[in-house]
Amino acid sequence: MTAANMIRAERIKLLSTRAPWWCAGIAVVVAVAYTALFFGFVPLEGQPDVTSTQIASALGRTVVLILAILSAATEFNWGTMKLTFQAVPSRVPALLAKGAVVGVFSGLIGLLVGFGSWAIAYLIKPAADLGLSSGADWRAVAGQCITFLLTGLLGVGLGLLFRSPAFALGFALVWTQLIEALVMLIPRVGDDIYQWMPFFAANQFSGPDLTVSMLKLAPPLGPWGYLAYFAGICVIVYAAGLMITHRRDA
Amino acid sequence: MIEATGLTKRYGDKVAVDDLSFTAETGRVTGFLGPNGAGKSTTMRMVLGLDNPTSGSVHIDGKPYRALRDPLRTVGAMLDATWRHPGRPAREHLRWVAATNGLSDKRVDEVLRLVGLDSVAGKRAGQFSLGMSQRLGIATALLGDPKVLLFDEPVNGLDPEGIVWIRQLMHALAAEGRTVFVSSHLLPEMAQTAQDLVVIGRGKLIYQGTMEDFVGRAKSLGVRVRSPHLPELRTALTEKGAEFREEDGALIVSGVDSDDIGELAFTAGATLHELSPLTGSLENAYMQLTAEAVEYGTGQVPEVAR
Repeated sequence: MTAANMIRAERIKLLSTRAPWWCAGIAVVVAVAYTALFFGFVPLEGQPDVTSTQIASALGRTVVLILAILSAATEFNWGTMKLTFQAVPSRVPALLAKGAVVGVFSGLIGLLVGFGSWAIAYLIKPAADLGLSSGADWRAVAGQCITFLLTGLLGVGLGLLFRSPAFALGFALVWTQLIEALVMLIPRVGDDIYQWMPFFAANQFSGPDLTVSMLKLAPPLGPWGYLAYFAGICVIVYAAGLMITHRRDA
Repeated sequence: MIEATGLTKRYGDKVAVDDLSFTAETGRVTGFLGPNGAGKSTTMRMVLGLDNPTSGSVHIDGKPYRALRDPLRTVGAMLDATWRHPGRPAREHLRWVAATNGLSDKRVDEVLRLVGLDSVAGKRAGQFSLGMSQRLGIATALLGDPKVLLFDEPVNGLDPEGIVWIRQLMHALAAEGRTVFVSSHLLPEMAQTAQDLVVIGRGKLIYQGTMEDFVGRAKSLGVRVRSPHLPELRTALTEKGAEFREEDGALIVSGVDSDDIGELAFTAGATLHELSPLTGSLENAYMQLTAEAVEYGTGQVPEVAR
C-alpha cells in the first residue's frame, strides 16, 4: 500500500470515466469563450490590464468544483468507495491520494484556463498593455493553477461530506451562484461579509478586480493574504471530509 | 480461516447483529444462511472492516482485517456486483482496484480470462448484464489470489448456467485450500454448494455445523402410524421406550425407525393401516428453525409435511 500505488489507482479512476474530461473541456472552453466575448464586444473604460483577462476564471473554478465533487461523491453512489476501503482499510492514504490527483488535475485545468484566457485576450486586443511583465501579472495568470488546485480539494471535501452527488452539487451551485453575490444585499454589513466569501478571496489572488472597483470596496487583505484565507477554507473542508469518512461506516 | 467472536452491530435501537460468533474453516465452502434482513450483509461488511462493530471482533487468519497489509492479497470479496462505476470500462475498473494493492495489469488480464470477460474487457461496466456484472465482481475478488473469499448472494438473479458456474468455481476454490464464505437466503442452493453452514436469524446465531448434520436434522421427524389397534400398539411402544404422540387418530413416533415399528406391531398383533416416515423438506426445516430461534430461542425441529 504505497503512496505511488494509491496515486496510480486514483489516477486510473479519475481518467477512466468521461465526466472529468467533459468538465475539463467545459471549464477551458467556457472560460476562454467568455473572455473572447468580453474583450471582443464589451467597451472597456481605459486600458484593460492583465488581471481583467481572468474575468471568466470564476466560471472555470465552478466547473472544476463540480468535477471534484463528482469525483468523490459518485464513489459513494456507485459503491466504489466501499471497494476502495476494502482494498485500503486504513482509508486515509486513499483519500489523500484522491485529493492529490484531483487537485493536480484541477491545477492543470487552471493553467489552461489562466493562460488560455490571457492568450485569447492578447490576440483580440494586441494593442492593449497585456504583456506579462510584472509579478502581479504572472500571479493573475499562472496563479490560477493554485486557486484551481485548492478548488479541487474543496470539491473533494464537499463530496466526502455530503456523499450524495445531487446534494453536494446543489449546495455548491447555490453557494457559488447565489449566496456569494446575495450577501451584498444584506444592509450595512453585506459588503463586509462579501469580502470574506471564499470565492471572492480566490478572485483577489488571481482574477479580475471588477467587483472591487465597481463597488469601491477596500479589501482587508492583500492577494497573498486572500490566498492563505482561501487555502485555509479549502484545506479545512477537505480535512473535515477526510476525518468524517475515516470514522463513519463506509 | 474467518473467526468472529461476539460480533454485535447496533444502529440506534435496532440490533442488526447480536453477539454473533462463528468460524469458517480453511479448505471448505461455508454457507452463511439467513432470511433477508437477518444481518448477513452487515456481518460481511464488518468482516471486511467497512462497518465498525459496536462490540466484538472478526479475525482473518488471526488478524483483524484492518491489520492486513495489501488486504486484497489475503481476502477477496464480492459483497455487491454493482460496486463499479457504470461508465468505466471493465478492464479499467480492475486496473484501479489492482493498483491499490500493487497488483500488475498482467494479473488483471489473467482474471478477466478466468471469468470469461476478456472479450468485453473494454466495454463500459454499465452495459453489462447481471451475469456479466457478477463475473466482474468475482474477477475483482480473485485479483489478489487470496486465501480467503467472501461472496454475498453471488447467485442472486443468475440464470441456471451462471449458477452452475459459480457453484463449480466455489468448489474449485475450496479444493485449492482456500476459505470460501458465501451467503444466501436460498437453502436449496446452499445445500449443493456449502459443506459447512452458519445459520443466523435476526442477527443471532441459530446453527453452526456441517451441512450433513443439518440435513440429517431435517429428516428425523418421526414416523406416522395408523392402526385400528392403537391401545396394543401404545403399550408395545411404551415398553420399547419409544416416544410418541397422537394426532388426528394417528401416532407420530420418534426415536424408532419404521422397520422397528413394523416388527413391533407384528409382535403385538396390531394391524397397521399406515406406516410412513415423515421427511420435512430442507427448506421447511430451515424456515422453522429461523422462525423458532427468533421467537423462542429453542432448536426443536418441528414436524412437517406428510
